[in-house]
Amino acid sequence: MEILMSLLIGFLFAAAVYLMLSKSLIRVVLGTAVLSHAAHLLLLTMGGLGGTKPPVVADGVTVYDYADPLPQALILTAIVIAFAVTAFLLVVSYRAYQELGTDDMSLMKGNEDE
Amino acid sequence: MYLVLLIFLPLLAAVFIPFLFKRVGKIHTGWFVFAVPAALFIYYLTLISDVMNGGTFIEEFAWIPSLDIAISSYIDGLSLLFSLLITGIGSLVVLYSVFYLDKNREQLHNFYIYLLMFMTAMLGVVQSDHMISLYLFWELTSISSFLLIGYWYTRDRSRFGALKSMMITVFGGLMMLGGFILLYIMGGTYSIRELIPQAAELVNHDFFIWALVLILLGAFTKSAQFPFYIWLPDAMEAPTPVSAYLHSATMVKAGLYLVARFTPIFALDGTWVWLVAGIGLLTLFWGSFFAVKQTDLKGILAFSTVSQLGLIMSLLGVAAAAYHVEDAASTVFKYAAFAAIFHLINHATFKGSLFMIAGIVDHETGTRDIRKLGGLMSLMPISFTIAMIGAFSMAGLPLLNGFLSKEMFLTAMLSIAQFELFSMDVWGFLFPVLAWIASVFTFIYSFYFVFHTFAGKHKPELLPKKAHEAPIGMLISPAVLAVLVIVIFFIPNLVADWLIKPAVVAIQPFLYNSPAEVDVHVSAWHGFQPELFMTIGIFAVGGLLFWKLRKWQKAYKIFPEAFTLNRLYDGMMFLGDTGANRFSRMYMDGIMRNGFVYMFSAMSVLVIATVFLNDAFLVDFSQSAPIGFYEVTIILAMIIGTIVILVTSSRLTAIIALGAVGYSVAILFVMFRAPDLALTQLVIETVSVALFLLAFFHLPKVAKKMERPSFKLGNAIIAIAVGAMMTIVALSAHSQKIIPSISEYYKETVYTLGGGGNIVNVILVDYRGFDTLFEITVLGIAAIGIITMIKLRLKKKEAPHENK
Amino acid sequence: MRTNDVMLQTATKVVTFIILVFAIHIFFAGHYTPGGGFVGGLLTASAVVLLMLAFDIRTVKSILPINYVTMTAIGLILALGTAAASIVFDVPFFTHAYDYFTLPLFGETSLHSAMLFDAGVYLVVVGVTITIIQTIGEDE
Repeated sequence: MEILMSLLIGFLFAAAVYLMLSKSLIRVVLGTAVLSHAAHLLLLTMGGLGGTKPPVVADGVTVYDYADPLPQALILTAIVIAFAVTAFLLVVSYRAYQELGTDDMSLMKGNEDE
Repeated sequence: MYLVLLIFLPLLAAVFIPFLFKRVGKIHTGWFVFAVPAALFIYYLTLISDVMNGGTFIEEFAWIPSLDIAISSYIDGLSLLFSLLITGIGSLVVLYSVFYLDKNREQLHNFYIYLLMFMTAMLGVVQSDHMISLYLFWELTSISSFLLIGYWYTRDRSRFGALKSMMITVFGGLMMLGGFILLYIMGGTYSIRELIPQAAELVNHDFFIWALVLILLGAFTKSAQFPFYIWLPDAMEAPTPVSAYLHSATMVKAGLYLVARFTPIFALDGTWVWLVAGIGLLTLFWGSFFAVKQTDLKGILAFSTVSQLGLIMSLLGVAAAAYHVEDAASTVFKYAAFAAIFHLINHATFKGSLFMIAGIVDHETGTRDIRKLGGLMSLMPISFTIAMIGAFSMAGLPLLNGFLSKEMFLTAMLSIAQFELFSMDVWGFLFPVLAWIASVFTFIYSFYFVFHTFAGKHKPELLPKKAHEAPIGMLISPAVLAVLVIVIFFIPNLVADWLIKPAVVAIQPFLYNSPAEVDVHVSAWHGFQPELFMTIGIFAVGGLLFWKLRKWQKAYKIFPEAFTLNRLYDGMMFLGDTGANRFSRMYMDGIMRNGFVYMFSAMSVLVIATVFLNDAFLVDFSQSAPIGFYEVTIILAMIIGTIVILVTSSRLTAIIALGAVGYSVAILFVMFRAPDLALTQLVIETVSVALFLLAFFHLPKVAKKMERPSFKLGNAIIAIAVGAMMTIVALSAHSQKIIPSISEYYKETVYTLGGGGNIVNVILVDYRGFDTLFEITVLGIAAIGIITMIKLRLKKKEAPHENK
Repeated sequence: MRTNDVMLQTATKVVTFIILVFAIHIFFAGHYTPGGGFVGGLLTASAVVLLMLAFDIRTVKSILPINYVTMTAIGLILALGTAAASIVFDVPFFTHAYDYFTLPLFGETSLHSAMLFDAGVYLVVVGVTITIIQTIGEDE
């Protein structure tokens, strides 16, 4: 399963990078969204997909084979941050589009004397 | 604790300054500030009686105990002398500033906060026994000096001077920190007191010479020694009270303090003697020689300060030579350290008063250009008297304290000529010769300063203001210092017992056990010794040259401007600034895609190369979970969704496909037994899709651009490289676990220590609560960013470069 | 964004309350079973977002006159304050305390200072999410 997941992660990263490298503004934003999915799955896979029970300890009994809780905690924070970053990027991109009148990334560059 | 708190007293007082300035506008803020150094001065006076008998005080406040970093207050002869100078001159300077700075026109709260910050920093420098806190306070003096020089920040010259002093002194400070760390590595302690007994072993260590040079760089930059002195003349853009305080009486002497403090550690090495004495003497000569060239009153004083600092530095160098002489305490070498401290006190008195007079002249006539001044003697008689006392003392005329220390200086310089080690017998004769020439120039510029300002013809048409005597309050401080100049001449041995001998013991602890053993008696008349003839020679030649000054002063013009140290500094700054800019422009062309290309290709190449060079690539099937049918289905759905995002040109399709991918991730979370993640991902995906749809109206209509096939191919290659890299990382990371996961600890303690059942949630709020705290802070920042971008529509500025 | 969908609006009125109750349950259950401040906050926010979609941002604003930026700030202060409160008890920053109490109606209940911290997280998540949606939605 982990090998399959690793291949999926590789594919998602490749797709995300390809999107981020394109000229269109909206595709860059979509790319970052895909990138965060890929990163979350990577974290989960690195911790191992074994574990037959969710990491919830009932009444102090710890004999079961729990899924690794640490990657899950990391991903939980990452999901929320990714949401905030995506929202931020959306606003940046559409404000840039409004102000500059173009969505072509190759035309968006700073002033020469900046 | 008590003594440590006193160091911070000025800084604590600074907290109240803005309120006093804003609320109590009728009373000049300076009066409140005055109480701080004055109270400290009186307190430190009470410590003299103990310290003069060889007593010391040490108190420590453990600041970062885990790193063995403490703020200490160590009071011995040397630090007490400096503390008295800092608070004593400080009080006088604050008093002077009350009349110098207008309370209605100046930003007094800024000024006094910087000044009080400086006091704390400077007290910290001289009382710290711990090298790290010494360094901290050292840099704080640089920062407060920077702020004070740039006090009139609207002037270009002020900002330039402030930056210059900052660049040079902070550079030196960093070097010094390196030296301190080397000393720590060698000696195993940050405490200077504990390092001194180890000096004999340290000297044989490989790092010793590096530590020595690095610490000297710190001292030389701070004390404006050749070739680093160039910042001091430009620092004269500061208000005159600051020049009198920081740039002549206290801060620039921090370097001297450092040399004196570290003499017991480094003096055993001949390099120290050579460097300190040699650079000191060179600075003495250079500063006095170029002081005569200056036309700005404060410029003359700046170069004179440089030269006098060199004088004291060279004396400290000779004092270090005493470590290489048998039974130095009973030979002529005993004079050097004494003379250094004695001149340090004298210099503070006469130079402080001269700076204040320069400020008065500037204040009352509106100019400091000595070519426009003249004949002020009858208009400003009191100022003239004070200036005369100060300048004559500087020139070394009898009946003033400068005479006594100048005589001792010559004695010390003559003594080193007889020194036999380090090939001094060959080059040693240069010391008295250079000292003599420098003294002649000192004589000339002292007279130049007084008589070209106060004597000669009055030129009222050149002056911006009508000249008149300064208000009495402004004259008090220089007058007090001038009186001291005379008094010290008559009671030098009393001053020696109180202040100088305890300080000498700190510089040469191996020679003396208590201050009483320092067998130096100051007398104005030694009989017909070589020193006397040298002094008479200085007066004769100096007087003659001063008389003909107008004739030969123009000779300075033949020195080419292009080859000065200032040009070197400017060139380096230009290179650093413009050069770095040009270099960055080479690869930062403002196109985001190119930045991505650099980053992604470098990252994949580096990671893949590292993995294979370290033979870290490993696929281990044994730990894998079984492949399930449902999982494979979801994975296929995700791949299809992603492909749709890649190929579609409709933005709506892309957003829906992205949502599909997100929900698939949520289902994967369910399958991999992560209920918290699944819940969060589901809700987030819903809100995200709503967000995308909301932004829909504002986004460009088409999601895809026409791109050339070659452009696409390049992107695809980079994308595949990154994808391959991530797959390799994921496989390798999963297949080999070098250290056991901390998760086991969490599982075992979650119920007993965390008091909870859901490990993920307990990690979030308890085990790794800091992460969560900062995460929600980031969330808040993102929200503020979004609000700002949408709600705040700034008008485009008419002229964006208003400061040019 | 004025919509006039009777079906959606009627359903929303019911669904919103279900989501809200579920959100609060999830938040309180978080320490022992799946859930917690993040999920609870997001669910609450999604209920409000649903209201905004079904009705209209201005209508929702007049029903729920809450300043979400202030809410975010309160949440941050609450979280930081819980973490900092441990200093008063002379234990390291971020040390949590908990104990079990027997209360009427609830039976044995654990009271946990981590719950306060989680409440801070909850407030921040609700505040930030709705602020973002509201700000973008209002922008014309």
